[in-house]
Amino acid sequence: MPNPVAAILGAGQAGFQVAASLRQEGFDGRIVLIGDEAVLPYQRPPLSKAYLTGQTEVDDLWLRPAEFYAKQQIDLIYGDTVTSVDRPERRLRLTSGLALSWDYLVFASGARCRPLPVPGAELDGVMMLRTLADADILRQRLDGAREVVVVGAGFIGLEFASVAVARGANVHIVEVTHRPMGRVVSEPTSRFFTEAHIRWGAKVSLGTGITRIIGHHDRVSGVETTDGRLLPADLVLICIGVIPNSELAHEAGLAVDNGIVVDGYLSVGELAIFAIGDCASFPTPFASGRVRLESVQNALDQGRCVAAALAGRPEAYEKVPWFWSDQGDLKLQIAGITTGHAEAITRGDPDSRQFSVFCFKGGRLIGVESVNRPADHAVARRLLAGDPRLSPEQAGDESYDLRAHTRSLASR
Amino acid sequence: MPKVTYVHPNGARDVLDVPLGTSVMRAAIINGIDGIVAECGGEMMCATCHVYVEADQLDRTPAQSDDEKAMLEFTASERKPNSRLSCQLVATPELDGLVVYLPETQV
Repeated sequence: MPNPVAAILGAGQAGFQVAASLRQEGFDGRIVLIGDEAVLPYQRPPLSKAYLTGQTEVDDLWLRPAEFYAKQQIDLIYGDTVTSVDRPERRLRLTSGLALSWDYLVFASGARCRPLPVPGAELDGVMMLRTLADADILRQRLDGAREVVVVGAGFIGLEFASVAVARGANVHIVEVTHRPMGRVVSEPTSRFFTEAHIRWGAKVSLGTGITRIIGHHDRVSGVETTDGRLLPADLVLICIGVIPNSELAHEAGLAVDNGIVVDGYLSVGELAIFAIGDCASFPTPFASGRVRLESVQNALDQGRCVAAALAGRPEAYEKVPWFWSDQGDLKLQIAGITTGHAEAITRGDPDSRQFSVFCFKGGRLIGVESVNRPADHAVARRLLAGDPRLSPEQAGDESYDLRAHTRSLASR
Repeated sequence: MPKVTYVHPNGARDVLDVPLGTSVMRAAIINGIDGIVAECGGEMMCATCHVYVEADQLDRTPAQSDDEKAMLEFTASERKPNSRLSCQLVATPELDGLVVYLPETQV
Protein backbone atom coordinates (compact mmCIF):
# COMPACT_ATOMS: atom_id res chain seq x y z
CA MET A 1 0.00 0.00 0.00
CA PRO A 2 1.69 3.27 -1.04
CA ASN A 3 1.56 5.90 1.70
CA PRO A 4 -1.17 4.36 3.82
CA VAL A 5 -3.15 6.59 6.19
CA ALA A 6 -3.56 5.56 9.82
CA ALA A 7 -6.36 7.48 11.52
CA ILE A 8 -6.39 7.37 15.30
CA LEU A 9 -9.64 8.36 16.97
CA GLY A 10 -8.79 9.76 20.36
CA ALA A 11 -5.66 11.58 21.52
CA GLY A 12 -5.43 10.30 25.07
CA GLN A 13 -2.62 8.12 26.33
CA ALA A 14 -3.59 5.18 24.07
CA GLY A 15 -4.01 7.20 20.88
CA PHE A 16 -0.81 9.12 21.53
CA GLN A 17 1.09 5.88 22.05
CA VAL A 18 -0.05 4.36 18.76
CA ALA A 19 1.07 7.46 16.90
CA ALA A 20 4.44 7.65 18.65
CA SER A 21 5.11 3.92 18.34
CA LEU A 22 4.10 3.81 14.67
CA ARG A 23 6.88 6.23 13.85
CA GLN A 24 9.35 4.29 15.98
CA GLU A 25 8.32 1.14 14.14
CA GLY A 26 9.16 2.83 10.87
CA PHE A 27 5.60 3.29 9.57
CA ASP A 28 6.05 5.55 6.55
CA GLY A 29 2.45 6.49 5.89
CA ARG A 30 0.45 9.43 7.17
CA ILE A 31 -0.57 9.41 10.84
CA VAL A 32 -3.60 11.44 11.84
CA LEU A 33 -4.28 11.73 15.56
CA ILE A 34 -7.69 13.20 16.36
CA GLY A 35 -8.68 14.42 19.82
CA ASP A 36 -11.86 16.18 20.89
CA GLU A 37 -10.28 18.19 23.69
CA ALA A 38 -8.79 21.51 22.64
CA VAL A 39 -5.37 20.82 24.15
CA LEU A 40 -2.25 18.76 23.44
CA PRO A 41 -2.35 15.11 24.55
CA TYR A 42 -1.74 14.95 28.29
CA GLN A 43 -1.51 12.57 31.24
CA ARG A 44 -4.73 11.99 33.13
CA PRO A 45 -3.53 10.26 36.32
CA PRO A 46 -2.27 13.45 38.03
CA LEU A 47 -5.68 15.14 37.54
CA SER A 48 -7.07 13.46 40.65
CA LYS A 49 -3.78 13.66 42.53
CA ALA A 50 -0.85 16.08 42.28
CA TYR A 51 -2.56 18.42 39.79
CA LEU A 52 -5.41 19.13 42.22
CA THR A 53 -3.00 20.02 44.99
CA GLY A 54 -0.95 22.28 42.72
CA GLN A 55 2.17 20.13 43.12
CA THR A 56 1.98 19.47 39.40
CA GLU A 57 1.29 22.29 36.97
CA VAL A 58 -0.22 22.05 33.53
CA ASP A 59 3.12 22.18 31.71
CA ASP A 60 4.09 18.97 33.49
CA LEU A 61 1.06 17.16 32.09
CA TRP A 62 1.80 17.27 28.37
CA LEU A 63 2.90 13.89 27.07
CA ARG A 64 5.19 15.66 24.61
CA PRO A 65 5.72 19.30 23.63
CA ALA A 66 3.91 20.67 20.56
CA GLU A 67 7.07 20.45 18.42
CA PHE A 68 7.17 16.69 18.87
CA TYR A 69 4.18 16.17 16.58
CA ALA A 70 5.65 18.20 13.75
CA LYS A 71 9.03 16.56 14.13
CA GLN A 72 7.50 13.07 14.05
CA GLN A 73 5.15 14.04 11.22
CA ILE A 74 2.07 13.25 13.23
CA ASP A 75 -0.93 15.28 12.07
CA LEU A 76 -2.51 16.23 15.36
CA ILE A 77 -6.08 17.47 14.99
CA TYR A 78 -7.42 18.59 18.31
CA GLY A 79 -10.59 20.25 19.45
CA ASP A 80 -12.49 18.41 16.71
CA THR A 81 -14.75 15.38 16.89
CA VAL A 82 -15.31 12.51 14.51
CA THR A 83 -19.01 12.36 13.68
CA SER A 84 -19.16 9.31 11.42
CA VAL A 85 -17.09 6.40 10.22
CA ASP A 86 -17.80 4.80 6.87
CA ARG A 87 -16.22 1.36 6.83
CA PRO A 88 -16.88 0.25 3.24
CA GLU A 89 -15.62 3.57 1.86
CA ARG A 90 -12.92 3.92 4.50
CA ARG A 91 -13.81 7.51 5.21
CA LEU A 92 -14.53 9.52 8.31
CA ARG A 93 -16.05 12.91 8.94
CA LEU A 94 -15.43 15.51 11.60
CA THR A 95 -17.59 18.19 13.21
CA SER A 96 -15.52 20.86 11.48
CA GLY A 97 -16.60 19.47 8.11
CA LEU A 98 -13.24 17.88 7.45
CA ALA A 99 -13.38 14.46 5.77
CA LEU A 100 -10.57 11.97 5.70
CA SER A 101 -9.81 8.72 3.92
CA TRP A 102 -8.03 6.05 5.93
CA ASP A 103 -6.44 2.69 5.38
CA TYR A 104 -6.09 1.83 9.06
CA LEU A 105 -8.42 2.96 11.80
CA VAL A 106 -7.70 2.79 15.52
CA PHE A 107 -10.45 3.53 18.01
CA ALA A 108 -8.74 5.00 21.08
CA SER A 109 -11.81 6.99 21.99
CA GLY A 110 -11.66 6.42 25.73
CA ALA A 111 -14.56 6.72 28.08
CA ARG A 112 -16.67 9.38 29.73
CA CYS A 113 -17.97 9.75 33.27
CA ARG A 114 -21.17 7.90 34.06
CA PRO A 115 -23.75 10.48 35.11
CA LEU A 116 -25.75 10.02 38.30
CA PRO A 117 -29.40 9.81 37.26
CA VAL A 118 -30.95 11.73 40.14
CA PRO A 119 -32.74 15.07 40.36
CA GLY A 120 -30.36 17.93 41.05
CA ALA A 121 -27.35 16.44 39.29
CA GLU A 122 -27.27 19.51 37.04
CA LEU A 123 -26.83 21.97 39.93
CA ASP A 124 -23.81 24.23 40.05
CA GLY A 125 -21.19 22.65 42.28
CA VAL A 126 -21.97 19.09 41.20
CA MET A 127 -18.99 17.91 39.22
CA MET A 128 -17.37 14.98 37.50
CA LEU A 129 -13.66 14.49 36.80
CA ARG A 130 -12.24 13.17 33.58
CA THR A 131 -10.59 15.94 31.62
CA LEU A 132 -8.08 18.68 32.21
CA ALA A 133 -10.93 21.19 31.88
CA ASP A 134 -12.84 19.32 34.62
CA ALA A 135 -9.75 19.34 36.83
CA ASP A 136 -9.18 23.08 36.34
CA ILE A 137 -12.68 23.86 37.57
CA LEU A 138 -12.49 21.35 40.39
CA ARG A 139 -9.18 22.80 41.55
CA GLN A 140 -10.78 26.26 41.79
CA ARG A 141 -13.90 24.98 43.49
CA LEU A 142 -11.93 23.01 46.00
CA ASP A 143 -10.34 26.23 47.23
CA GLY A 144 -13.51 27.54 48.77
CA ALA A 145 -15.19 24.23 49.56
CA ARG A 146 -16.10 23.44 53.14
CA GLU A 147 -18.51 20.52 52.81
CA VAL A 148 -17.51 18.00 50.17
CA VAL A 149 -19.51 14.91 49.25
CA VAL A 150 -17.82 12.28 47.11
CA VAL A 151 -20.27 9.92 45.42
CA GLY A 152 -18.53 6.67 44.52
CA ALA A 153 -15.53 5.15 46.29
CA GLY A 154 -13.42 4.02 43.34
CA PHE A 155 -9.86 5.15 42.64
CA ILE A 156 -10.83 8.64 41.47
CA GLY A 157 -13.29 9.28 44.29
CA LEU A 158 -10.88 8.14 46.98
CA GLU A 159 -7.91 9.98 45.50
CA PHE A 160 -9.96 13.15 45.36
CA ALA A 161 -11.29 12.58 48.89
CA SER A 162 -7.76 12.31 50.27
CA VAL A 163 -6.81 15.59 48.59
CA ALA A 164 -9.95 17.38 49.80
CA VAL A 165 -9.58 16.22 53.39
CA ALA A 166 -5.94 17.29 53.42
CA ARG A 167 -7.13 20.74 52.30
CA GLY A 168 -9.24 20.97 55.45
CA ALA A 169 -12.66 20.32 53.95
CA ASN A 170 -15.23 18.14 55.67
CA VAL A 171 -15.43 15.14 53.38
CA HIS A 172 -18.18 12.55 53.22
CA ILE A 173 -17.65 9.53 50.94
CA VAL A 174 -20.88 7.83 49.89
CA GLU A 175 -20.66 4.44 48.20
CA VAL A 176 -23.60 2.35 47.04
CA THR A 177 -21.85 -1.02 47.43
CA HIS A 178 -20.54 -2.34 50.70
CA ARG A 179 -16.91 -1.84 49.97
CA PRO A 180 -14.65 0.81 48.41
CA MET A 181 -12.88 -0.11 45.15
CA GLY A 182 -14.87 -3.33 45.38
CA ARG A 183 -14.75 -3.93 41.63
CA VAL A 184 -10.94 -4.09 41.57
CA VAL A 185 -9.50 -4.98 44.98
CA SER A 186 -9.92 -7.71 47.59
CA GLU A 187 -11.80 -7.33 50.83
CA PRO A 188 -8.73 -6.82 53.07
CA THR A 189 -7.45 -4.00 50.86
CA SER A 190 -10.90 -2.40 50.74
CA ARG A 191 -11.20 -2.52 54.49
CA PHE A 192 -7.72 -1.09 55.00
CA PHE A 193 -8.47 1.91 52.78
CA THR A 194 -11.86 2.51 54.39
CA GLU A 195 -10.15 2.73 57.77
CA ALA A 196 -7.38 4.94 56.38
CA HIS A 197 -9.87 7.49 55.02
CA ILE A 198 -11.74 7.53 58.32
CA ARG A 199 -8.47 8.06 60.18
CA TRP A 200 -7.63 10.99 57.88
CA GLY A 201 -10.90 12.56 58.87
CA ALA A 202 -13.41 11.62 56.18
CA LYS A 203 -16.83 10.19 56.92
CA VAL A 204 -17.62 7.04 54.96
CA SER A 205 -21.15 5.74 54.30
CA LEU A 206 -21.17 2.35 52.59
CA GLY A 207 -24.20 0.58 51.18
CA THR A 208 -25.66 4.04 50.68
CA GLY A 209 -27.10 5.56 47.52
CA ILE A 210 -28.15 9.07 46.58
CA THR A 211 -31.82 9.86 45.97
CA ARG A 212 -31.45 13.52 45.01
CA ILE A 213 -29.19 16.51 45.17
CA ILE A 214 -30.61 19.64 46.71
CA GLY A 215 -29.78 23.20 45.77
CA HIS A 216 -30.37 26.77 46.70
CA HIS A 217 -30.51 29.35 43.87
CA ASP A 218 -29.13 26.73 41.45
CA ARG A 219 -26.17 26.06 43.73
CA VAL A 220 -25.78 22.71 45.42
CA SER A 221 -26.44 22.74 49.14
CA GLY A 222 -26.88 19.11 50.07
CA VAL A 223 -27.27 15.49 49.13
CA GLU A 224 -30.12 13.22 50.19
CA THR A 225 -29.16 9.61 50.83
CA THR A 226 -31.19 6.42 50.41
CA ASP A 227 -31.25 6.00 54.19
CA GLY A 228 -32.97 9.35 54.50
CA ARG A 229 -30.13 11.60 55.63
CA LEU A 230 -29.40 15.05 54.27
CA LEU A 231 -25.66 15.63 53.96
CA PRO A 232 -24.60 19.28 53.64
CA ALA A 233 -22.54 19.98 50.53
CA ASP A 234 -21.08 22.93 48.69
CA LEU A 235 -19.14 20.64 46.36
CA VAL A 236 -20.23 17.20 45.12
CA LEU A 237 -17.99 15.00 43.00
CA ILE A 238 -19.77 12.22 41.15
CA CYS A 239 -17.35 9.41 40.31
CA ILE A 240 -19.35 6.26 39.76
CA GLY A 241 -17.40 4.85 36.86
CA VAL A 242 -17.32 5.46 33.15
CA ILE A 243 -19.12 4.62 29.94
CA PRO A 244 -16.87 3.56 27.05
CA ASN A 245 -17.07 5.80 23.99
CA SER A 246 -18.17 3.12 21.56
CA GLU A 247 -21.09 4.80 19.77
CA LEU A 248 -19.19 5.58 16.56
CA ALA A 249 -18.03 1.99 16.32
CA HIS A 250 -21.55 0.75 16.93
CA GLU A 251 -22.95 3.05 14.24
CA ALA A 252 -20.28 1.73 11.90
CA GLY A 253 -21.64 -1.76 12.44
CA LEU A 254 -18.99 -3.06 14.82
CA ALA A 255 -19.80 -5.29 17.76
CA VAL A 256 -20.07 -3.47 21.09
CA ASP A 257 -20.43 -5.10 24.48
CA ASN A 258 -19.19 -2.94 27.33
CA GLY A 259 -16.68 -1.51 24.87
CA ILE A 260 -15.71 -2.19 21.30
CA VAL A 261 -15.28 -5.93 20.90
CA VAL A 262 -11.82 -6.93 19.65
CA ASP A 263 -9.89 -10.18 19.34
CA GLY A 264 -6.60 -11.22 20.91
CA TYR A 265 -4.78 -8.95 18.44
CA LEU A 266 -7.00 -5.99 19.40
CA SER A 267 -8.53 -5.97 15.94
CA VAL A 268 -12.26 -6.00 15.26
CA GLY A 269 -11.78 -8.98 12.98
CA GLU A 270 -10.65 -7.10 9.91
CA LEU A 271 -6.98 -6.31 10.18
CA ALA A 272 -7.45 -2.66 9.29
CA ILE A 273 -9.53 -1.69 12.32
CA PHE A 274 -8.47 -1.85 15.96
CA ALA A 275 -9.70 -0.66 19.34
CA ILE A 276 -7.47 0.00 22.36
CA GLY A 277 -7.48 1.52 25.81
CA ASP A 278 -10.53 2.40 27.88
CA CYS A 279 -12.95 1.83 24.97
CA ALA A 280 -11.87 -1.73 24.08
CA SER A 281 -13.26 -5.04 25.34
CA PHE A 282 -10.62 -7.72 24.78
CA PRO A 283 -9.84 -11.32 25.74
CA THR A 284 -6.94 -11.74 28.17
CA PRO A 285 -5.14 -14.67 29.76
CA PHE A 286 -5.35 -12.73 33.05
CA ALA A 287 -9.10 -13.12 33.48
CA SER A 288 -11.84 -15.44 32.43
CA GLY A 289 -13.74 -13.91 29.56
CA ARG A 290 -13.33 -10.42 28.15
CA VAL A 291 -12.23 -7.37 30.06
CA ARG A 292 -12.17 -3.64 29.54
CA LEU A 293 -9.43 -1.98 31.53
CA GLU A 294 -9.01 1.67 32.42
CA SER A 295 -5.33 2.19 33.04
CA VAL A 296 -2.19 3.83 31.75
CA GLN A 297 -0.49 0.47 31.36
CA ASN A 298 -3.32 -0.90 29.25
CA ALA A 299 -3.39 2.20 27.05
CA LEU A 300 0.37 2.14 26.45
CA ASP A 301 0.88 -1.56 25.90
CA GLN A 302 -2.14 -1.85 23.63
CA GLY A 303 -0.99 1.19 21.68
CA ARG A 304 2.38 -0.44 21.10
CA CYS A 305 0.76 -3.75 20.18
CA VAL A 306 -1.33 -2.13 17.44
CA ALA A 307 1.59 -0.07 16.15
CA ALA A 308 3.63 -3.27 15.80
CA ALA A 309 0.76 -4.95 13.95
CA LEU A 310 0.48 -2.06 11.49
CA ALA A 311 4.22 -2.23 10.94
CA GLY A 312 3.80 -5.86 9.90
CA ARG A 313 4.68 -7.56 13.20
CA PRO A 314 1.36 -8.66 14.70
CA GLU A 315 1.51 -10.30 18.11
CA ALA A 316 -1.25 -11.38 20.45
CA TYR A 317 -1.80 -8.92 23.30
CA GLU A 318 -0.80 -10.65 26.56
CA LYS A 319 0.73 -8.00 28.81
CA VAL A 320 0.41 -8.24 32.59
CA PRO A 321 -2.06 -5.55 33.68
CA TRP A 322 -0.93 -3.15 36.39
CA PHE A 323 -2.55 -0.21 38.14
CA TRP A 324 -1.78 2.27 40.84
CA SER A 325 -3.55 4.71 43.10
CA ASP A 326 -2.12 7.37 45.42
CA GLN A 327 -4.28 8.18 48.42
CA GLY A 328 -2.77 10.32 51.15
CA ASP A 329 0.59 8.78 51.98
CA LEU A 330 -0.52 5.36 50.76
CA LYS A 331 0.51 3.97 47.41
CA LEU A 332 -1.59 1.10 46.17
CA GLN A 333 -0.07 -0.95 43.37
CA ILE A 334 -1.90 -3.79 41.70
CA ALA A 335 -0.45 -6.44 39.39
CA GLY A 336 -2.80 -8.77 37.53
CA ILE A 337 -6.57 -8.82 37.88
CA THR A 338 -7.72 -9.94 41.31
CA THR A 339 -11.45 -9.90 40.54
CA GLY A 340 -13.03 -13.29 41.14
CA HIS A 341 -10.30 -14.64 43.40
CA ALA A 342 -11.14 -17.49 45.78
CA GLU A 343 -8.42 -16.88 48.32
CA ALA A 344 -6.79 -13.67 49.56
CA ILE A 345 -3.55 -14.11 51.50
CA THR A 346 -2.14 -11.12 53.35
CA ARG A 347 1.64 -10.84 53.50
CA GLY A 348 2.89 -8.40 56.12
CA ASP A 349 0.93 -6.56 58.77
CA PRO A 350 -1.64 -4.00 57.57
CA ASP A 351 -1.12 -2.13 60.85
CA SER A 352 2.44 -1.42 59.71
CA ARG A 353 0.89 0.23 56.61
CA GLN A 354 3.11 -1.95 54.41
CA PHE A 355 1.52 -5.15 53.20
CA SER A 356 0.39 -7.05 50.14
CA VAL A 357 -2.61 -9.21 49.40
CA PHE A 358 -1.90 -12.18 47.15
CA CYS A 359 -5.03 -13.37 45.37
CA PHE A 360 -5.46 -16.95 44.20
CA LYS A 361 -8.02 -18.74 42.11
CA GLY A 362 -7.99 -22.51 41.72
CA GLY A 363 -4.69 -22.55 43.59
CA ARG A 364 -3.06 -20.25 41.04
CA LEU A 365 -1.84 -16.71 41.71
CA ILE A 366 -3.94 -14.26 39.67
CA GLY A 367 -3.01 -10.90 41.16
CA VAL A 368 -1.33 -9.00 43.95
CA GLU A 369 -2.34 -5.76 45.67
CA SER A 370 0.51 -3.99 47.43
CA VAL A 371 0.34 -1.07 49.82
CA ASN A 372 3.61 0.83 50.29
CA ARG A 373 5.45 -2.38 49.38
CA PRO A 374 6.93 -1.81 45.93
CA ALA A 375 9.26 -4.83 46.07
CA ASP A 376 6.24 -7.16 46.28
CA HIS A 377 4.68 -5.38 43.33
CA ALA A 378 7.83 -5.84 41.28
CA VAL A 379 7.94 -9.54 42.14
CA ALA A 380 4.26 -9.92 41.31
CA ARG A 381 4.64 -8.44 37.84
CA ARG A 382 7.47 -10.84 37.10
CA LEU A 383 5.62 -13.85 38.49
CA LEU A 384 2.45 -13.12 36.56
CA ALA A 385 4.34 -12.75 33.29
CA GLY A 386 5.11 -16.49 33.44
CA ASP A 387 3.88 -19.46 35.41
CA PRO A 388 3.92 -18.11 38.99
CA ARG A 389 4.11 -21.49 40.77
CA LEU A 390 3.61 -19.75 44.09
CA SER A 391 1.47 -21.42 46.74
CA PRO A 392 -0.79 -19.51 49.15
CA GLU A 393 1.38 -20.82 52.00
CA GLN A 394 4.53 -19.40 50.44
CA ALA A 395 2.81 -16.07 49.79
CA GLY A 396 1.72 -15.74 53.39
CA ASP A 397 5.07 -16.75 54.88
CA GLU A 398 7.18 -13.61 55.28
CA SER A 399 10.31 -15.71 55.73
CA TYR A 400 9.83 -17.23 52.27
CA ASP A 401 12.04 -15.30 49.83
CA LEU A 402 9.86 -14.18 46.92
CA ARG A 403 12.74 -12.73 44.94
CA ALA A 404 14.64 -16.01 45.14
CA HIS A 405 11.45 -17.78 44.06
CA THR A 406 11.15 -15.48 41.05
CA ARG A 407 14.80 -15.95 40.13
CA SER A 408 14.54 -19.73 40.34
CA LEU A 409 11.62 -19.65 37.89
CA ALA A 410 13.53 -17.39 35.52
CA SER A 411 16.54 -19.69 35.47
CA ARG A 412 14.51 -22.83 34.87
CA MET B 1 20.22 26.81 36.67
CA PRO B 2 21.88 23.38 36.93
CA LYS B 3 23.26 22.07 33.64
CA VAL B 4 22.68 18.42 32.84
CA THR B 5 24.35 16.58 29.98
CA TYR B 6 22.51 13.71 28.28
CA VAL B 7 24.79 11.36 26.37
CA HIS B 8 23.08 9.29 23.69
CA PRO B 9 24.19 5.70 22.96
CA ASN B 10 25.92 6.96 19.81
CA GLY B 11 27.94 9.43 21.85
CA ALA B 12 25.98 12.55 20.88
CA ARG B 13 25.48 14.96 23.76
CA ASP B 14 22.64 17.30 24.65
CA VAL B 15 23.12 19.86 27.39
CA LEU B 16 20.06 21.31 29.11
CA ASP B 17 19.52 23.96 31.74
CA VAL B 18 17.20 22.20 34.16
CA PRO B 19 15.21 24.51 36.44
CA LEU B 20 15.57 23.80 40.17
CA GLY B 21 12.84 21.39 41.22
CA THR B 22 12.43 19.91 37.74
CA SER B 23 13.48 16.31 37.21
CA VAL B 24 16.09 15.19 34.71
CA MET B 25 13.27 13.10 33.17
CA ARG B 26 10.84 16.00 32.76
CA ALA B 27 13.48 18.29 31.29
CA ALA B 28 14.25 15.64 28.67
CA ILE B 29 10.58 15.24 27.76
CA ILE B 30 9.96 18.99 27.50
CA ASN B 31 13.02 19.41 25.32
CA GLY B 32 12.25 16.44 23.11
CA ILE B 33 15.31 14.39 23.98
CA ASP B 34 14.87 10.95 22.46
CA GLY B 35 15.76 8.11 24.73
CA ILE B 36 13.66 9.08 27.74
CA VAL B 37 10.15 7.66 27.47
CA ALA B 38 8.68 8.20 30.96
CA GLU B 39 5.50 6.22 30.56
CA CYS B 40 4.12 6.63 34.05
CA GLY B 41 4.93 10.32 34.28
CA GLY B 42 7.22 10.05 37.29
CA GLU B 43 5.09 7.82 39.53
CA MET B 44 7.75 5.11 39.82
CA MET B 45 5.44 2.58 38.21
CA CYS B 46 7.70 1.92 35.23
CA ALA B 47 11.38 2.06 34.36
CA THR B 48 11.28 3.90 31.05
CA CYS B 49 13.24 6.96 32.20
CA HIS B 50 16.27 4.84 33.06
CA VAL B 51 19.69 6.52 32.89
CA TYR B 52 23.24 5.66 33.89
CA VAL B 53 24.75 8.37 36.05
CA GLU B 54 28.43 9.24 35.52
CA ALA B 55 30.03 6.91 38.05
CA ASP B 56 32.02 9.52 39.98
CA GLN B 57 28.91 11.71 40.33
CA LEU B 58 26.76 9.08 42.02
CA ASP B 59 27.45 10.43 45.50
CA ARG B 60 25.92 13.77 44.45
CA THR B 61 22.59 12.22 43.59
CA PRO B 62 19.77 11.71 46.09
CA ALA B 63 19.40 8.31 47.76
CA GLN B 64 17.22 5.67 46.08
CA SER B 65 13.80 5.02 47.58
CA ASP B 66 12.36 1.52 47.87
CA ASP B 67 10.01 2.36 45.01
CA GLU B 68 12.88 3.28 42.75
CA LYS B 69 14.88 0.18 43.69
CA ALA B 70 11.87 -2.02 42.93
CA MET B 71 11.22 -0.45 39.54
CA LEU B 72 14.87 -0.57 38.50
CA GLU B 73 14.31 -4.32 38.20
CA PHE B 74 12.24 -3.56 35.10
CA THR B 75 14.78 -1.66 33.04
CA ALA B 76 14.76 -2.78 29.41
CA SER B 77 18.52 -2.25 29.20
CA GLU B 78 20.94 -3.79 31.68
CA ARG B 79 20.70 -2.53 35.24
CA LYS B 80 24.09 -1.37 36.49
CA PRO B 81 25.27 0.01 39.84
CA ASN B 82 24.90 3.54 38.41
CA SER B 83 21.36 2.95 37.10
CA ARG B 84 18.78 5.51 38.18
CA LEU B 85 15.27 6.54 37.27
CA SER B 86 15.71 10.07 35.98
CA CYS B 87 12.29 11.09 37.35
CA GLN B 88 13.92 10.84 40.79
CA LEU B 89 16.85 13.09 39.89
CA VAL B 90 15.33 16.45 40.72
CA ALA B 91 17.55 19.38 39.90
CA THR B 92 19.32 20.94 42.88
CA PRO B 93 22.47 23.12 42.93
CA GLU B 94 24.47 19.95 43.76
CA LEU B 95 23.40 18.35 40.48
CA ASP B 96 24.91 21.13 38.36
CA GLY B 97 27.18 19.49 35.80
CA LEU B 98 25.50 16.09 36.07
CA VAL B 99 26.17 13.73 33.18
CA VAL B 100 23.70 10.94 32.43
CA TYR B 101 24.06 8.22 29.79
CA LEU B 102 20.93 7.10 27.95
CA PRO B 103 20.47 3.35 27.60
CA GLU B 104 20.10 1.58 24.24
CA THR B 105 16.40 1.09 24.80
CA GLN B 106 13.70 1.95 27.35
CA VAL B 107 10.99 -0.51 26.36
